[in-house]
This record gives sequence, structure tokens and C-alpha cells, in this order.
Amino acid sequence: MKYYAETHEWIEVVDGIATMGISTFAAEELGDLTYVEMPAVGKAFAAGAVIGTVESVKAASDIFAPIGGTVSEVNDALAADPALLNQAPEGDGWICRLKDVKEDELKTLLTAEQYQKTIAE
Amino acid sequence: MDEKLLETPLAAEHRALGARMVPFAGWLMPVQYAEGILAEHHHCRQHAALFDICHMGEFRVKGALAAADLDRILARPVADQPVGSCRYNFSLNEQGGVRDDLIVYRLAADEFYLVVNAGPCAGDAAWIGGHLSTTTAFADESAATAKLDLQGPEAAAVLGRLGLATASLPRYYHFQQTAIAGVPVLLSRTGYTGELGFELYFAAAAAVKLWRLLLADPAVKPADLGARDTLRLEMGYPLYGHEMDETTTPVEAGFGAMLKLGQPREFIGSAVLRDPVAGKPRRRLIGMALENKRAARAGAPIYCGAEQVGTVSSGAVAPSLDRAVAMGYVRADLELPVGAALELDNGRVRLAGTVAALPFYGAGSARMELAGR
Repeated sequence: MKYYAETHEWIEVVDGIATMGISTFAAEELGDLTYVEMPAVGKAFAAGAVIGTVESVKAASDIFAPIGGTVSEVNDALAADPALLNQAPEGDGWICRLKDVKEDELKTLLTAEQYQKTIAE
Repeated sequence: MDEKLLETPLAAEHRALGARMVPFAGWLMPVQYAEGILAEHHHCRQHAALFDICHMGEFRVKGALAAADLDRILARPVADQPVGSCRYNFSLNEQGGVRDDLIVYRLAADEFYLVVNAGPCAGDAAWIGGHLSTTTAFADESAATAKLDLQGPEAAAVLGRLGLATASLPRYYHFQQTAIAGVPVLLSRTGYTGELGFELYFAAAAAVKLWRLLLADPAVKPADLGARDTLRLEMGYPLYGHEMDETTTPVEAGFGAMLKLGQPREFIGSAVLRDPVAGKPRRRLIGMALENKRAARAGAPIYCGAEQVGTVSSGAVAPSLDRAVAMGYVRADLELPVGAALELDNGRVRLAGTVAALPFYGAGSARMELAGR
């Protein structure tokens, strides 16, 4: 099940490994994305820490770790082609995977339904 | 935002096309359409883009003393400007700082058309109007005038398909009075993209008609402020409020030679610019190329080693160059030749950059010869 942060990241944990990225709404708001700064594999982040940066033609925005964990993999295809973030932000445009995740922190996040309500406001 | 934003006659057209509207210089303007800034940018470089520039201001100045008046008010000479030509110019304050940059059209020996930026427009009208001789007539025609920019290598062909003879279109930085679909148009071969292009001035009441007519051409797509900014940045063109303001002289911005300060003409600000102490440039505008697409934006400090030597005035990814570029001001006393290494602090990390020649993009079609001329 996918969860969302108020800062517009999504995260989904399957068998103890989390995959995260930025929401479709965030990608649309940012416009054409031109650069993604990935975290280093092996680095640990607490929930809410800056884990990377995305840059569009107009602006740069930080990406925050929705829950704590250690980076196990980054999306090399996205680093090579940031437009993937516009084409499939919640699919092929995932940013990184985390292991050793603090799954109990998921309950601090929004469900898809709750997130849709916040962006509709 | 409490301030009431102005809208151009085309605001409803932009909304119908799915534009995202943002505040700009007191106006609510489209920043991008659904396809996005990169697609709009490339379409302009490859085909033709149409920009709604109705927010900019237009003044008419007429009278036997008009040329002499403008020669006194503006920083570049006006009296020697040929009828039918356009000339980039500056309105300075008494300290030599740029109040606005503008284009002067010489309509007749005694009549001029001035095209000014949206933000400074009301101040320009008061300043320029207030410095004219009592016999020189001044009219602010901004509200009644629509301005569309058609820019791109196919721009002349588009006008040809609308019935204009492409062989007799104006030369670069010249204009003519013509008509498109029965609408009288002042048509100049000018622009802000580096591509072959035209700026069209006509009655605001015809804005929707000509906008739709031009967009009906298969080569033309709408483009907006976002693409306008990346296109002009690639050309190293200054944007008022970024590369120029009241504390910046045209000499610092790189336009010193255009002012012909060696000639005896006196104009507002000339005394300071000619003063060996007060007029000495403190900083100068340079171009910088970054290593990859990661950008340093306006306000980013520029470092040479440990020392901050300047500040970025504009910066973004350059879509036609596949890397980020920036313009910025550095201390005038520093030797920073093309290729010199600098660092730009984007607030997160220092990005490596090198001093680059302007324009960044050299393959534009702006000056191309038109067939049949």
C-alpha cells in the first residue's frame, strides 16, 4: 500500500524494502524536471531528512525521506533521464529504495485518499 | 496577493489552452502550457512560437523637438537613427543606473514609438513624458495596444502564408507598417529569442483574432514566459530586474560601447558615466557554463577559490545546450577570461562552472537572410 507525505513524496514497503518517489501532483506542479540529485547508496536517513533534490526549469525542490531507512538502491535510469519523473512519477520514475526501514513510521503518513484531499484544498 | 493583477486581452485564450497563470510584473501571465517549457523552447528553436506580450508598454512621442528630446533623455543616440529602424536603448537615472531598457522605433523624422517593460511602464511614462519639451506630444498607448511575438526559423514562412510577401519583410532591427487579415500592424523584425522573428503591434481589440489566426498555422505553437526566459538566457540577453536595475549602469551590463560616451552628447546620467571615479564600473556581467544540468539560480553567490567575487543574476538549464548556464555580476577588477574556473553556490552545494562567452547559444536564426531578398 502506498503512503504519502505532506511534502509530496510517496513510499511503498514490500517485504521490508521501501520504494519512494515524488507524487504525480508534485511532478505536475514542478513542470519539466531536468536534474535529480540522488542519495548515496548505504547512507541512512531519519524521517523528514533531505534525501535528494529535484530541479525543474524554474526551481529546485528538496526531497524528504518519508520514513527512516538506509538507501539500498537508486534509480539510475532516472538519473540519466529526469523526464521519467514527469512521465511516470509513481512508477518508472521512482527515486530510490530503502532497507532497514522504520515501518511503524508509516502510520504518521497519509493514505492515498487522505493525500488526495490535502492537494484538492 | 491583495494587489489586483492585470490581464491581457488573451487571458481567456490562455486558460482555454490549459496555461498555468502566474503573477509577473503586476500582470497575471501564462508561464507554460500543457506541453511544458522544454517543448515550447524547442518548438521556438525549430519551428515558430507565438508569445502574448500584451503586458509590455508602448509610447508615441511626436514633435519637431522629439528627436532632440529623446537624445537628451535616453542613453544611446536617437537623432542619427534612420526612419524605419529599431534601436535598443536605455532610460537612466541621474546616477547612470538603468531605469528601464527599451526599443525605440523611428516612425518618421519627428515621430517615435517606444516599447518598454511592463513593470517600469507607469514610471517610464511619468519620467520620459515629464522630461519632454512642452511642444513634444506624448501618448501612452499601452492599454489600447496588443503585442504578439512570432519567433522561430519558420516565422517568415508563417507570415507568407498569411499573405505578406516574404521577400519584402523588414530587415533585422527594422520595421514596416502592414496589415494582416485587414488589421493594421506595425511589424518589426526583432525579438527576444535569438531566432528569426517578428514583433506585431496592433489594436488590442484585434488581439484574439490575430492570436487565433497565427495559431491556426501548423508551424506555430503558443509559448510563454517560462520558455521566453530560457530562450533569452541562452542568448545572454538581459532581463530587466535581473541583469539590470537602478543600481546597474549599461557599462557594467556590457553595453558601454553602444553609448558612444566619447561624443559630446549630454543625456540623463551621462555626467556620472563619464566621471572617472563615480562612473568607474564596480562590476561586470559575465556568462558561466555549468558542468551538467544542475542550475545555479538568481542570487547564488559566485566564488573564485574561497572568496565570493559576485552573484548570479539569472540561471537555469539551457535546453538547447543540454547543460545549465548562468549570467552574473563579478567584481570589475578581476581577470576572469573565458574558461576561468568558478564555483556557484546553489544553496546546497557549490557547483563547478567556467566563464563562457555570450551568447551561450550561437546557432540562432535571428539574422538569417530571407529568400528572394
